[in-house]
Amino acid sequence: MKLPADLKYTASHEWVRVEPDGVITIGITDHAQEALGDIVFLELPTEGTEIAAGKALAVIESVKAASDIYAPISGEVLEINEQLADEPGAVNADPYAAWLLKMKPSSEAEFASLMDAEAYRQSIGG
Amino acid sequence: MTDLRKTPLYAMHCASNARIVDFGGWAMPLHYGSQLDEHHAVRATAGMFDVSHMCVVDIGGTVGSDDVRVFLRYALANNIDKLKIPGRALYSCMLNARGGVVDDLIVYYIREDLFRIVVNAATAEADIVWLNQLNAEGEFGVTLMPRRDLAMIAVQGPHASEKVLNLVPAVRAAAAALKPFGFALAPTTPYGEMLLARTGYTGEDGFELMLAAEAASAVWSKLIEAGTRPCGLGARDMLRLEAGMNLYGQDMDMDTSPLDAGLEWTVDLVTARDFVGKRALLHAGCQAVFAGLILCESGGVLRAQQTVLTAAGPGQITSGTFSPLLQRSIAFARLPLGVQVGDTVQVQIRNKPCAARVVKLPFVRHGKALVNGC
Repeated sequence: MKLPADLKYTASHEWVRVEPDGVITIGITDHAQEALGDIVFLELPTEGTEIAAGKALAVIESVKAASDIYAPISGEVLEINEQLADEPGAVNADPYAAWLLKMKPSSEAEFASLMDAEAYRQSIGG
Repeated sequence: MTDLRKTPLYAMHCASNARIVDFGGWAMPLHYGSQLDEHHAVRATAGMFDVSHMCVVDIGGTVGSDDVRVFLRYALANNIDKLKIPGRALYSCMLNARGGVVDDLIVYYIREDLFRIVVNAATAEADIVWLNQLNAEGEFGVTLMPRRDLAMIAVQGPHASEKVLNLVPAVRAAAAALKPFGFALAPTTPYGEMLLARTGYTGEDGFELMLAAEAASAVWSKLIEAGTRPCGLGARDMLRLEAGMNLYGQDMDMDTSPLDAGLEWTVDLVTARDFVGKRALLHAGCQAVFAGLILCESGGVLRAQQTVLTAAGPGQITSGTFSPLLQRSIAFARLPLGVQVGDTVQVQIRNKPCAARVVKLPFVRHGKALVNGC
């Protein structure tokens, strides 16, 4: 299972990349996509949505079930990955390339709650 | 997983990196990587399923008598007398006195004193208790023999027959000549005695093989060598939904009449024959429309238990999935009387109403879509 060392992770299986301009890019982990199975539909928020950390941000539907994606950090949705509407299976193929959305964080303090790759690996019993 | 029952092919599934899940107390493969790819393999070429968790039960009677047939005339809602020659099979429901479905099954006519049924895994033990009870109460004098010594492999897809026929050179011609719902008992194949039935659960051509448990791994390996893709329960569920085939426990159960589950075509209310549940069916009649739904927009996936809003009142989805062939979500729904094919209804997906169209089942047959979008 891939767990890139340059990313941060949440207990609810999102990955977070902090870009040089402070924006964060969010996706789901390899562990999550494997557990969900074939992904067939994504419901992403509209740009400009303000969301608090830990709240449901998006929905991923696999052939098996619908699953919520939670905001790793409070902030505003800046951009969503429109390409995924036509190609939701890209998340299965490469969950770290197929990002879901980008957010502008509103609280730097919340970064402390994110895990590094090793802590996340331990949290999933890997 | 340690407490779960395992089929004779369990080690083969693990060797192929199957994702194993608890399915009615059995450790079964959900998929071997991608259920979408497995679905496409069955529609385009050939896939195979381990269905050894289902239970084969032989029903034997006295040589020279028709006691098994007399028993099945009473126990089954479909008319066993449609089976006129050995080597033919019939789909039927088995009902309780209230007209609810105890199980659905396929019955194979081997000889007048030997019929075989295949019942669902989760219901098998209760089915045997039920059939033994009917047998004792009615003094039919038949014998029920569960065949846990047998494995079952379903090979399905446009190239499936060829893969199977290559396994059984001695009976190749006879097996190739079988029509849908025909079957042959081949006593001497390289894998021992085998029953080859032109039945299945995907809407494709193919065979269901019943064979000795100890021969199952060898047959499975041969079929893989021949390019048959192992497929799990996930793909099987999508395929059967596309093909308009009911799943016991979701689309019908002990409290649901076959008339309200789209299975009226399997219930014999024409002949004078009495059978368990007949009186209740005649009394209640049909109380619902059972039809397909196709989601009009890309709003998510239709799933069991979602509410359907119609002009005639609310209904409910009994099974739903994403259809890889139609590239839309599809479902079966039990709807109020008055709803018609072609109607537009609303399905509550995450409390948001999404438009769906009522369609006739099935959605797909032999790899071809039978319904259009909205």
